[in-house]
Amino acid sequence: METYSLLREFADSWMLLFLFAFFIGVVVWVFRPGATKEYRDTADIPFRHEDKPATE
Amino acid sequence: MLNYIKLIALALVTLFALIAANYARDVAYLVHAVIVALVSGGLFIWTLRGFGDAKTPAPQNEYLDSVVRAGVIATSFWGVVGFLAGVFIAFQLAFPVLNFDWAQGYANFGRLRPLHTSAVIFAFGGNALLASSFYVVQRTSAARLWGGNLAWFVFWGYQLFIVLAATGYLLGGTQSKEYAEPEWYVDLWLTVVWVAYLAVFLGTIIKRKEPHIYVANWFYLSFIVTVAMLHVVNNLTIPVSIFGSKSVIVWAGVQDAMTQWWYGHNAVGFFLTAGFLGMMYYFIPKQAERPVFSYKLSIIHFWALIFIYIWAGPHHLHYTALPDWASTLGMVFSVVLWMPSWGGMINGLMTLSGAWDKLRTDPVIRMMVISVGFYGMSTFEGPMMSIRAVNSLSHYTDWTIGHVHSGALGWNGMITFGMLYFLVPVLWKRERLYSLQLVSWHFWLATIGIVLYAASMWVTGIMEGLMWREVDANGFLVNSFADTVAAKFPMYVVRGLGGVMFLAGAVIMCYNLWMTVRKAPAKEASLSVAVPAE
Repeated sequence: METYSLLREFADSWMLLFLFAFFIGVVVWVFRPGATKEYRDTADIPFRHEDKPATE
Repeated sequence: MLNYIKLIALALVTLFALIAANYARDVAYLVHAVIVALVSGGLFIWTLRGFGDAKTPAPQNEYLDSVVRAGVIATSFWGVVGFLAGVFIAFQLAFPVLNFDWAQGYANFGRLRPLHTSAVIFAFGGNALLASSFYVVQRTSAARLWGGNLAWFVFWGYQLFIVLAATGYLLGGTQSKEYAEPEWYVDLWLTVVWVAYLAVFLGTIIKRKEPHIYVANWFYLSFIVTVAMLHVVNNLTIPVSIFGSKSVIVWAGVQDAMTQWWYGHNAVGFFLTAGFLGMMYYFIPKQAERPVFSYKLSIIHFWALIFIYIWAGPHHLHYTALPDWASTLGMVFSVVLWMPSWGGMINGLMTLSGAWDKLRTDPVIRMMVISVGFYGMSTFEGPMMSIRAVNSLSHYTDWTIGHVHSGALGWNGMITFGMLYFLVPVLWKRERLYSLQLVSWHFWLATIGIVLYAASMWVTGIMEGLMWREVDANGFLVNSFADTVAAKFPMYVVRGLGGVMFLAGAVIMCYNLWMTVRKAPAKEASLSVAVPAE
């Protein structure tokens, strides 16, 4: 099989499936138990260490 | 030891640049060789003079803010330069006599137009991204920038790229790829600078003290990585001579067109969208003094946005030699892209929920909110225009220009102005801005300017699209091209006036920021800790 057809077939089968599964995985991961509490802390990052880097 | 290597390298670069200037095959290359020789020669002398100086180690308990300050100044400067060029070429279209005879071949519309686009996108927008990313990554990583003075190399290297690109356009050194006009050696230089930028940014993230990487950094990082990939692939050219600016692209025909618009649309997607969303995710929460509306939404729309944007490019090539399946693919992905775009818009706007009253009192947050509003508007207009049937009317008309400017002036411009108004008092340790009233003036001038611009371009774009396709009973075209040009004149004048208002707002901003540094009361460190804000 020529390179183009090979890559084309791979792209619209396994790679498509992988990327789609990755995205679904992200959505599921975001809604995992305990995520809300953790993200509340993460969302507060801009309000810490405004003037100085953290000292360990 | 490092200084010896630096001196030898600078001496070799200067020598080669002088040899190149001697053998130069065209004017653009000659001027660039002289510029490079002057810069590297100057750096040689500078390094030599500071040779024995004892080096003070960088204080790790402080942020590296001087480079951010330089970036803020460069952003304001290039902004005014780019807007001025835009206003001038807008009037060149309305009044062709402004293509002066004495400047023919240097300052006519064709030469100045890429100067305008590159000045606003890469010089104004690029410096805004450099400055804000260096500021944000330090604060959200709680760590000083990685790599010592490498950040300064990135800053000055990028300014050199801008100067080489701009002078090249005026002198005809262009590979005529939209938004990727600079010739091969300028591209190579930008690649070096960009790799250093990636190293500084990634290095800072790696040594971060916060356990999590804040979402703004995800957006900035995707912008840096993707732009590197786009830039390299779209500029795979072979120079005709090492002593000339002309080069030939390795792709042929429609593949070249597709690569160009894969690059072009993702320059919009990752330079003007992902990077500026990074800005939005830091500065809107800071100015509103509340965390982002939904952190979960920010993660989901990040991955959706970067997965989908990369496919949208073919919508620039409807009804061309591009295969139908490819242009349909681009169209479908462009329409799907509407959702992740609005995810970002909702997240930005809803961050103000519970603090909407700030819109009445704080013109800076008003600026940021209207920028997100324009983002929402142009990310609806874009998918609509990418639909093949709509595109058959809108393509090649001024509607496209109007769409681009409601995104660029509205979204990129306004969020950058908001960022500058936030950063200047913080970076120069001032209590507040010099004048909030001047911010309001800027806000209204810019907003009315954009409305005039976008509205006149809708009218003229749809009008010219309809005139082009109008046929009489026998199937003959009714209008000649010159008829459409004549019909567009009033709208061109309105567009130019909109540009004048936007430019006037930016000049007022520069005055306000300058006076903030000069006149606004200094912030006293002890006071700001002891006394609560209200």
